[in-house]
Amino acid sequence: MRKDRTEMSEDDDRSPPLDLRGADIAESSNKTRNCSGVSGSGGPVPGPGPSSMEFQAPYPDQVLENVLENVLQFLSSRRDRNAASLVCRSWWRVEALTRSDLFIGNCYSVSPRRATARFTRVRSVSIKGRPRFADFNLMPPDWGAHFAPWVTAMASAYPWLEKVYLKRMSVTDDDLTLLAKSFPSFKELVLVCCDGFGTSGLAVIASKCRQLKVLDLIESEVTDDEVDWIAFFPESGATCLESLIFDCVECPINFDALERLVARSPSLKKLRLNRFVSIGQLYRLMVRSPQLTHLGTGSFSASEGMAHGEQEPDFFTAFAACRSLVCLSGFREILPDYLPAIHPICANLTSLNFSYANINADQLKLVIFHCHKLQIFWVLDSICDEGLQAVSSTCKDLRELRVFPFDAREDNEGPVSDVGLQAISEGCRKLQSILYFCQHMTNAAVIAMSRNCPDLEVFRLCIMGRHRPDRVTGEPMDEGFGAIVMNCKKLTRLAVSGLLTDRAFSYIGKYGKLVRTLSVAFAGDSDMGLKYVLEGCPRLQKLEIRDSPFGDAALRSGLHHYYNMRFLWMSSCRLSPQGCQEIARALPRLVVEVIRDDAIEHTDETVDILYMYRSLEGPRDDAPGFVTILQ
Amino acid sequence: MEKSVNYGGHHDDLNLEATKLRLGLPGIISSDIGYEKQSSSASTVVVVRNNKRASPVGIMTQESSSKSHSNVSDARNGDPNSHHQPPAKAQVVGWPPIRSFRRNSFQQKKTDQGDGAGMYVKVSMDGAPYLRKVDLKVYKSYPELLTALENMFKFTIGEYSEREGYNRSEYAPTYEDKDGDWMLVGDVPWDMFIFSCKRLRIMKGSEARGLGCL
Repeated sequence: MRKDRTEMSEDDDRSPPLDLRGADIAESSNKTRNCSGVSGSGGPVPGPGPSSMEFQAPYPDQVLENVLENVLQFLSSRRDRNAASLVCRSWWRVEALTRSDLFIGNCYSVSPRRATARFTRVRSVSIKGRPRFADFNLMPPDWGAHFAPWVTAMASAYPWLEKVYLKRMSVTDDDLTLLAKSFPSFKELVLVCCDGFGTSGLAVIASKCRQLKVLDLIESEVTDDEVDWIAFFPESGATCLESLIFDCVECPINFDALERLVARSPSLKKLRLNRFVSIGQLYRLMVRSPQLTHLGTGSFSASEGMAHGEQEPDFFTAFAACRSLVCLSGFREILPDYLPAIHPICANLTSLNFSYANINADQLKLVIFHCHKLQIFWVLDSICDEGLQAVSSTCKDLRELRVFPFDAREDNEGPVSDVGLQAISEGCRKLQSILYFCQHMTNAAVIAMSRNCPDLEVFRLCIMGRHRPDRVTGEPMDEGFGAIVMNCKKLTRLAVSGLLTDRAFSYIGKYGKLVRTLSVAFAGDSDMGLKYVLEGCPRLQKLEIRDSPFGDAALRSGLHHYYNMRFLWMSSCRLSPQGCQEIARALPRLVVEVIRDDAIEHTDETVDILYMYRSLEGPRDDAPGFVTILQ
Repeated sequence: MEKSVNYGGHHDDLNLEATKLRLGLPGIISSDIGYEKQSSSASTVVVVRNNKRASPVGIMTQESSSKSHSNVSDARNGDPNSHHQPPAKAQVVGWPPIRSFRRNSFQQKKTDQGDGAGMYVKVSMDGAPYLRKVDLKVYKSYPELLTALENMFKFTIGEYSEREGYNRSEYAPTYEDKDGDWMLVGDVPWDMFIFSCKRLRIMKGSEARGLGCL
């Protein structure tokens, strides 16, 4: 990781003129190289190709860059590429030419203009926008993260664009229309936690993107414009579709059109239906596409219209025919009676998502005892500790577990607890990632997990009762989380909860040397807590804190590190406008946003929300009224 | 955590307060405490945002959260509305951190199916002047439910047999299922029953025998 961002910034300022020279060289070298058929980026050279085979005597720099290009095109890891680009100007130039996947972790850290100017041959773009805590209504809506300026810039800069991946961005129907019109080779659209568009936008994508392979809508909010978007896919001929995910779309779907679409999509491997598809309709789709590897079942419940006494379709056979099925999800309105139908494929499943299925332990056991290969399991706490024990006894290969609460409030019973966590830790030794919501926890269970599961990279424990101590001893949860950072040497992501003192943070600072993402809520005693973390965790990139007693002094202690971070979020803490101002003055390349949330009761002196991030562009020009950018 | 069964509706004219079962010392009126429903609330409950900690008597207290750890100073709680214990029952914005899509999908289920916490169904008894309501979620099995019904209406049901239903007894418990059909209580597994039961009716033996013969 770079320690000092200022150097990089200076390079960037000087870049445009050199870039142009670099482009010239690349162009002519392309022409010579095309004779031998070799080109950069692992694909045909886009843009204006050589009209004639000109021969130009290569000069020494150019030979070197040719060689570099042939080598660097194989680098796929963006971290490796970032490192390579710092070697010297020549490497910087060539790396920029050979980068085909552009990843923007914070859409405001760099402008579309700057990004497209530096990287001219991009095929695939990933952009992340809003901070994660915005998902939980901690920020007023319409904060920003608009896709519009990006798609506008890319429409002219990347006519050969194939893939767009967006997370927490605001995307409008107009954006989708521009996208569909601008990129004739467009193949993959993935929208995660996005909003701002509706079924009209989807219709444009469906009708205009003739090479579309992937249309994945994941936990996004899609407005029901009452447009029958599924019917907009071209009616005749086979489609290229490989993945169609729309389980988050909360409006009815034209099933006949969908059925016809699936019937003429021979490459379709992933299909996730929304809850408006009944189990009978699911059956018809499965019969047409036994080649599926990923299936989201829709409601998994009979529709209202099914006649009483009508012959039940043979689901058992339908599932049995899907021999390639490895990932199952959906079950949005599950009728547990239908669960046994999935038995034939359980033994092949590597991923099972029951997190919308309100089933109990006994119903789960019928299924889980067959799932020996399961690696990813998402489930509701309705299965109770008993259900988790069943998981632990069967799923020895489990890598990722997420247990969500059915009733997400602080004061309910809590069907899962330290008992379930302990059981999982004992049975699932290969666990790498866990997200666990519960009402009660003990240090002992957390410590047990830290010892039993040394491969843990992600540990997110949410004890829903705020400030809740160890259920048995009454002590803070410091020792449990301390053991996690101490024993899990690969830990990169941590979310803490329960009653925590500064001691917990001292452990994190002392042992959490690889931690990149940390989430804190209702924890700590004083500024020391945050100081420990900011001073102790050199890899920290994303820090989100809410309702914790950290103030200006703590904020100051991170000055040496903020340029290395993607962002810092602090809401309902003890920050003052002056304290934040100090940071803004000390670090000119940091954008320091103070966000006013009128829903929070506050005194005049404290800052509701501080959201700050490094940026090459300075204050953004699309900030809404409730955002103040300090300078 | 126990839940108290609310046997009565809010029938003011029948003065059910006097015979109402609840947990708490006698003499304390629930309205003093400021709660509408008991702790494991039904989906329709409105959370009372009390900043004052209500009297612990008569309420299911959250055991550990009410004790503050002795080492923890007052300064630890950064919440501007801070108390040593989190305010009882007040819901905090964005906590627990569940995305609204997930939260809403269960809210929907609760209103659609009457599932989730609290499944009140009406109970009528042939010959009784008024109906009662029971929360099916409170019971884990048929014997529990039937005992409760027996106590509520002061009668005996007797034993269930698959072959003869409740033929030995004067009454038979029946229920209306999702399809609108009247079924004998006890035929289907308990979980399936609470899922499909819309209302209960305790039939007089003579009528019920007809059912049992089918």
